[in-house]
Amino acid sequence: MSWFKRIKEGITTSTNEKKETPEGLWYKCPSCKHISTTQDHAANLFVCTSCGYHEKIASLDYFEIIFDNNEYTEINENITSGDPLVFVDTKKYSDRLVDTQKKSGLKDAIRTAHGTIDGQKLMIACMDFGFIGGSMGSVVGEKISRAIDYSIETRTPLLIISKSGGARMMEASYSLMQMAKTSVKLALLSKAKIPYISLLTDPTTGGVTASFAMLGDFNISEPESLIAFAGPRVVKETIGKDLPKGFQTAEFVLEHGFLDFIVARTELKSKLSSLLKMLAN
Amino acid sequence: MTFLDFEKPISEILDQIEKVKQVAEKGKVDVSKTIIDLENKLKEKRTEIYENLTAWQRVQLSRHPERPYTLDYIKAITNNNFIELHGDRSVKDDKAMVGGFGEIDDQTVMFIGQQKGNNTKMRQFRNFGMPNPEGYRKALRLMRLAEKFNKPIVTFIDTPGAYPGLEAEERGQGEAIARNLLEMSQLTVPVICIIIGEGASGGALGIGVGDKVLMLENTWYSVISPESCSSILWRSWDFKEKAAEALKLTANDMLKNSLIDGIIKEPLGGAHTFPDEMYKTVKEEVLKNIKSLSKQSAEKRIENRIEKFCAMGVIVES
Ligand SMILES: [Zn+2]
Repeated sequence: MSWFKRIKEGITTSTNEKKETPEGLWYKCPSCKHISTTQDHAANLFVCTSCGYHEKIASLDYFEIIFDNNEYTEINENITSGDPLVFVDTKKYSDRLVDTQKKSGLKDAIRTAHGTIDGQKLMIACMDFGFIGGSMGSVVGEKISRAIDYSIETRTPLLIISKSGGARMMEASYSLMQMAKTSVKLALLSKAKIPYISLLTDPTTGGVTASFAMLGDFNISEPESLIAFAGPRVVKETIGKDLPKGFQTAEFVLEHGFLDFIVARTELKSKLSSLLKMLAN
Repeated sequence: MTFLDFEKPISEILDQIEKVKQVAEKGKVDVSKTIIDLENKLKEKRTEIYENLTAWQRVQLSRHPERPYTLDYIKAITNNNFIELHGDRSVKDDKAMVGGFGEIDDQTVMFIGQQKGNNTKMRQFRNFGMPNPEGYRKALRLMRLAEKFNKPIVTFIDTPGAYPGLEAEERGQGEAIARNLLEMSQLTVPVICIIIGEGASGGALGIGVGDKVLMLENTWYSVISPESCSSILWRSWDFKEKAAEALKLTANDMLKNSLIDGIIKEPLGGAHTFPDEMYKTVKEEVLKNIKSLSKQSAEKRIENRIEKFCAMGVIVES
């Protein structure tokens, strides 16, 4: 069933990659060990009611949080990787893709959709960490590129929600060039003076940080997200000492001048909406 | 001379030639025929070895300790008519990224590139060719300067990666590289990027968005080094040869996949064996490309540059 049809019929989303909230189960916060019902946790947008820990969520969850009435049109949903290098490591990349697709219900590590937020147009490209660590290969690059085309053609503000371990090694140089492709496209969006908000969520690292995620007119983040170019393990090996507390958290990155603000998921929609309204008025 | 393992047969013949010459000097015997034979043998051996290089051997060559580095190219092709410019105007001068105006014949060019050191002390001074964010920002400052004075830009890429240090993270390594990717796409002057050694990931691409991206024959360009790829995907350091093949990181593979625009041939035996020949070829390539790119309007160049990078990627649409 296509997304368009589903929306028309008014059926709410329920696919297997979304966070499930079965009744009568408990959620234990990995950060503060606070226990709540899964429903309460879901109702608070998967943010711990006790300590504010933000659980990782999927693209469909973000769409539901941000788009009015959970109504939106997904575009380019049937794009998959072409395995250009016929890559094999301990496993064939083509098998890895099929397995991951089956297991996650996702086609690749990103979904793109447009809809409204408090009545204002918005295009969202949202990454899914559940697909090979949210890695960026040709599909992520192409879907972001087309989302930007849509934004330019329809003069719709763009929100990219990043959640990624970086470039996808199994597409090697093709992955690397997606950094250039997405950044080059963002130059065109910028010239058209269409707002681009980059939301960096836990974790945003590597080639994604070194391309579109850091190029927002507004770079924003959820609390305590890991934001890095080189991951903490690599930095630790390089300097040969323990890392300072809070290194590479959103708060650290804000303090060093690379984020505009940090916003709790529970405030995300209203803050995005206010910002877009200010730009429009 | 330093010889890599697979170059040993070459070094053996060179030793033989040396010995015969010594004998000739002492005994005043005519050895010219022997020398000619040995030199022919040397050429055959070089051809045999260099025309059958594996991906991993090319990676080794790209890191050969005697391979020319960025400043060697700049000084040779400008005949030392080069004024180095320093600093990012914000934090410091990054010694791993060099740049400045130089003249090739009568053509002024902005040269930018990662710089490695050729001895222990200099390698440290150059941070092994791994720039910090201020290196990328220095590069961007120089590119804007070139644009302002309407001079073409040539970048020489040779890095094992952007530096993954603590201060690099504090000062926004990711942002610095990302900014360059975006800004380079909009430069109004011709941009030629040449991979002269290692082209490792974002650290290489950070000065690599050009109208013409060319690779020397014995270089590599990919998202990760074969060693790191081996350690991550195979969970062992022992699969670097396999990883080098799988990554399709050689100039031939990159051209075949339309991810670069051309290959610059190296002299038989590699750039490190005959550097002067290499400089001459690179100079010719630079001049040729500046000439052809200068015929296009700035708008056309930018349009082509953007289209080229946007076409990269292989997807299936159902
Ligand atoms: Zn908690």
